Amino acid sequence: MLLQQIINGLTVGGVYALIALGYTLVYGILELINFAHGEVYMLGAYLGIIFFGLCTATGLTAVSLPLALGLTFILSVLFCAAYGFTIEKVAYRPLRSASRLSPLISAIGVSIFLQNYVMLTQGATDKVFPHLFGAAGFSVLSARITYVQAAIIICSILLMAALHLFITRTSLGAGMRAVAQDRVMASLVGINIDAVISLTFVIGSGLAAIAGIMIAMYYGLVNYSIGYIAGVKAFTAAVLGGIGSVPGAMFGGVFLGLVESLGASYISSEYKDAYAFIVLIVVLLIRPGGIFGRSTEEKV
Amino acid sequence: MNAPSAGGAAFRNLLVSFWFGVLILPFRGIVTAAAVAGAVFACLSLYRPLASYLPSLRLRLTRTEDLILRLTSGPAAPFAGVIAAAVLLFIPVFASNYLLDILILTGIYGILAFGLNVVVGFTGMLNLGYVAFYALGAYAYALLNVKLGMGLWQALPVCVALTTAAGFCLAVPALRLKGDYFAIVTLGFGEIVRLVLNNWDSFTNGPNGISGITPASVAGTSLGALDRYYYLVLAAIFAAYAVVRRVRFSRIGRAWVAIREDEIAAGAMGINTTVYKLYAMAFGSFWAGLAGALFAAKMQFVSPESFTFMESVLILCMVILGGLGSLAGVAAGALILILLPELLRGVQSYRMIALSAGIILLMIFRPGGLFGSATRER
Repeated sequence: MLLQQIINGLTVGGVYALIALGYTLVYGILELINFAHGEVYMLGAYLGIIFFGLCTATGLTAVSLPLALGLTFILSVLFCAAYGFTIEKVAYRPLRSASRLSPLISAIGVSIFLQNYVMLTQGATDKVFPHLFGAAGFSVLSARITYVQAAIIICSILLMAALHLFITRTSLGAGMRAVAQDRVMASLVGINIDAVISLTFVIGSGLAAIAGIMIAMYYGLVNYSIGYIAGVKAFTAAVLGGIGSVPGAMFGGVFLGLVESLGASYISSEYKDAYAFIVLIVVLLIRPGGIFGRSTEEKV
Repeated sequence: MNAPSAGGAAFRNLLVSFWFGVLILPFRGIVTAAAVAGAVFACLSLYRPLASYLPSLRLRLTRTEDLILRLTSGPAAPFAGVIAAAVLLFIPVFASNYLLDILILTGIYGILAFGLNVVVGFTGMLNLGYVAFYALGAYAYALLNVKLGMGLWQALPVCVALTTAAGFCLAVPALRLKGDYFAIVTLGFGEIVRLVLNNWDSFTNGPNGISGITPASVAGTSLGALDRYYYLVLAAIFAAYAVVRRVRFSRIGRAWVAIREDEIAAGAMGINTTVYKLYAMAFGSFWAGLAGALFAAKMQFVSPESFTFMESVLILCMVILGGLGSLAGVAAGALILILLPELLRGVQSYRMIALSAGIILLMIFRPGGLFGSATRER
């Protein structure tokens, strides 16, 4: 029983971690809580269903399931990356020199806009992802992992590792770290700030899209409102791990997934959504910078 | 920046329109995508010719702002005030119940906006969970009325004391956190309160809410009728305006503005920023409690659905629309954000999209709020 809950928690935690990475990357560079990020995850889920439906309608799924799934993932990631890029260009770039409050409120505006945009274009009822693998899986000790769960966990781990390597080993990644550290100096050294910021949004949105499609496959149902609650929980995870820290976001996401799963089964499932906030408040009281966060002094 | 050639500009507009068309393509199909692309192209192409009208528009806006300024603070101010007061007092005589309903709701949201303005506008702390205090006030009154039979005047002190204490208690731990973290913690608090109200069936009746609240009464006469309740809310909002304005132009208010402008400098000047921020949170929550009790007494029914994060966002928008810190502007913001959806009842489903697009545009083009400098700090 405990092992089963841990497996469930790791699955959801992996998804939270992927979304949290988007939050932490953007915050590290812009010091902005990108409220719209949760909605990009929701867009990814919807796009996954739409593109997979297209593949099925054109008969591609019958021909080759892996090809259809692959195409679904690629197209959804591309479109979500485009959405992320557009959001940054339209709603955040003009406000880069404004006070801290303006981009935040603009982000809230974008979040509400996207929710209603999907509600108007796709309807307010749940959208269904066809069940591909059912409950097929394999048993581990006393618990059971379905193929979808295993795929989500493995996918999350691989993506997190890939991101970590990208940020630490490539020059683009070094550029991102530089801009996060000191934007002015980075521009003086010759780094294209606009390009790096756009890249950050693109990467974050891509990860969120993958998380969205995986959740659509896992639960089978999506709705225009899933972005908000997942977004807040993922941001909680990012803050938990120390906002601005990539390993922190990974840890925070997994930790939150576990807390939620265990709390729902051992304490009460009615307050499932509240556990994220309670954990957040407790962690911030003890360590205001988050678990892996570094406490930065404010310079006058 | 050199003006691009006409052909180059048209090509760029074409690309941008194509981009937006492609973005909407999976969601709505090719017809809508083409329509959106066409609309974007039209807007972008028309921008250059329309931009020449911008200076005259700005001039007209400044003239209106000057007019408002002269009416409210010049020699004509007392007359304008008397006329406004007369209008407000005599509205129930000829207004329909529907209009009275809207005005009462505007009054209640106006009080909420004043309260949030203290926290966000004066002191610069982003409180995203303000609706929690509103909910606490409303539910406190509902429970006191239904379970203990207390009337509005007996329950009101308890309600506002409860919400003030709640604001204080939330602020004590939360103020240790930096601005953005503080915002998220308040958001979390708002959600926790809503979840508890929704799930604690034995105490709060869960999603069914609490119904059967008796109408308020004053000296034996019932205030259940809308036109009488209107006067109660009118008195409440005037009281709120007077009190908040008085505090704003006192030592505490000046400390708040100093903290908003530059917290480190304020601390260096000897202002105990933590204590004043606590005052701000507690004072702001006080008004939420009052508004909550008034809301419950009017609706005679409370349920968790009225107290979602969207409500917090709506109140925040009223504060932003009116220009952070300006009381009259905030009241106008409340009026606009309640009135406009009512006027646009026909296009209800487009309401939130228009509101959110409006927020984004407002932040980009007019961060000082709709009324900018005209109602600055009044």
